[in-house]
Amino acid sequence: MIDVPTRDPRAPRRARLSLARREAVWAYVFLLVPLVFFATIRFYPAIQSFRLSLFTWHVDPARRDFIGAAYYQELLTNPVFHQALKNTLLYAAITVPASIALGLGIAILLQAIIAGRGWYRAIYFAPYITPAVAIAWVWGWMYNVNFGIFNQILIAWWDFVERIGMPWLAISPQRFLRDPEVALIAVAVVIIWQQLGFQVVIFLAGLQGIPRVYYEAARIDGANPWQLFRHITIPLLNPVLVFAIVITTINALQLFDQIVNINFTDQGGPLRRTLSIALYMFQEAFGRARMGYAAAVTVVLFLIILAITLIQLRITQRKVEY
Amino acid sequence: MLGQGTELRRGLRDSVRPTRGRRLNGWTVLAYALLTAGAAVMVFPFVWMLLSSFKDAREVLSPAIWPREFTLVNYIEVLTRTAFPRWFLNSLIVAVLSTASVLFFCALVGYVLATMRFPGKQFIFIAILSTLMVPTEMLVIPWFVMSAQFGWVDTYWGLLFPGLIPGFGVFLMRQFFFSLPRDLFDAGRIDGVSEFGLFLRIGLPLVGPGLAALGIFAFIGNWNAFLWPLIVAQSAHMRTVPVGISLFSGEAGSAWHLIMATSSMAILPVLIVFAIFQRQIIEGVVLTGVKG
Repeated sequence: MIDVPTRDPRAPRRARLSLARREAVWAYVFLLVPLVFFATIRFYPAIQSFRLSLFTWHVDPARRDFIGAAYYQELLTNPVFHQALKNTLLYAAITVPASIALGLGIAILLQAIIAGRGWYRAIYFAPYITPAVAIAWVWGWMYNVNFGIFNQILIAWWDFVERIGMPWLAISPQRFLRDPEVALIAVAVVIIWQQLGFQVVIFLAGLQGIPRVYYEAARIDGANPWQLFRHITIPLLNPVLVFAIVITTINALQLFDQIVNINFTDQGGPLRRTLSIALYMFQEAFGRARMGYAAAVTVVLFLIILAITLIQLRITQRKVEY
Repeated sequence: MLGQGTELRRGLRDSVRPTRGRRLNGWTVLAYALLTAGAAVMVFPFVWMLLSSFKDAREVLSPAIWPREFTLVNYIEVLTRTAFPRWFLNSLIVAVLSTASVLFFCALVGYVLATMRFPGKQFIFIAILSTLMVPTEMLVIPWFVMSAQFGWVDTYWGLLFPGLIPGFGVFLMRQFFFSLPRDLFDAGRIDGVSEFGLFLRIGLPLVGPGLAALGIFAFIGNWNAFLWPLIVAQSAHMRTVPVGISLFSGEAGSAWHLIMATSSMAILPVLIVFAIFQRQIIEGVVLTGVKG
């Protein structure tokens, strides 16, 4: 830059222009493959899903008939879709608050200790990165009605309380995944168990980012632990909390791996009480070859996720204005 | 004024320290107790899986906790009855190739969007960002239609193509390149470094932590992926580990000793890798969590 002669004002400008053009050309050369990828593998399929949802399905595109919003009308009345939607929202309503609260609690406990903090953090985090498919089978085995460990423990407990003469303390064995009233909660427990570590890790990082002086100053002013938590921890942790809530909500809305595998012989059962939107889409598209209808289901899922993302954007942007 | 301030602060620290020290004992004991109980809950399913996998077909159904004798027959049976080694190889091929692609392309696009000047930059960035809102569920049907049309079903390319350049990775790497001073690249340009050289030799070495985090996530994400591989891998020899163990366990019905051996073979390698790279992986989560 310094070497550029300044005598003729047009010469350097032309030189810079061509430099800028060179840079732009190279930028597009680098972006060529990725842009083709995003256009064909991300954008086109997303639009294609909208289109497929307006046509009857046939392998040959020429034989797909336009039916307008008929599939969307079916969604309004189809009880199975309603059950899947209700279950999915229930999964979110259970797993999000539970994993946030537990994750925050564990992160606060971890902050209170020094020795072994890394070990505990690693133990809580481990389930998060293990394959959900295998995890679902392990929990399915533990929930097994006749031979699962949970019922074995309940039976042993029953024997014990009877022997010591306090049978009213006994809890009868549960049917867990076979009980329509309990199955969804049993699955939600698995999801909380597996996602907890993620919350712990990001909350712990968030907590450590809060300067200790704030707490010390507030303590000197006579604040009690609850006030410290309510007026220092929560507000300063807010961006992390919003992030964690959005991520876990979107994960809950897309549940698939666990639901397919935890009740493999009756996927989504019993009585469709564990069926999620993603599994419903999969069954309709690849089990019953109703691609158009399944595409309509995914469009609805997309709209729900879009709404959540927009709400998140509004919340986080409001925070920036402060 | 300043001296008084530090004095005050030192005094405050001294007055706070003893009380904190006193309270620490009671609270830390409670914290350790709660954390240990929680950790036991987290570890138990893994322990139970392993213990079950070492029991024979009859013993696995008994209430005994500890196997009478540790047997490896379940593992041998799974390895001989299924194509598990092949599934493992498939998962490895898919995870390694897609991680390589993710690292290269996400870094390249992130670099271009963060450091280069060209028309249409903002539009391209927002377009890529907007793909983050589209759930995979919405894409799998068109991907499958596309794969059927082009003969990608049951091929490695079919397993690979959806995950080659995730928008999230582009966003992450852009953030990292943003933190580098622009002068660095302008200086390189004046010194005659090629545009690709600027990226490869000046940019990339400075975003190591970002690449490490992204690479770990791409690998784990691909290793654990289930929905798309389940759709596109149709023959037994193209299955990945999650698809393989899911369908095998489904066939095995109530042979829980075999299912637990299969699950162990899927979970243990991940836990071993995690044990080795624990710190990097968790720091990666923090990095992507805070930045993304």
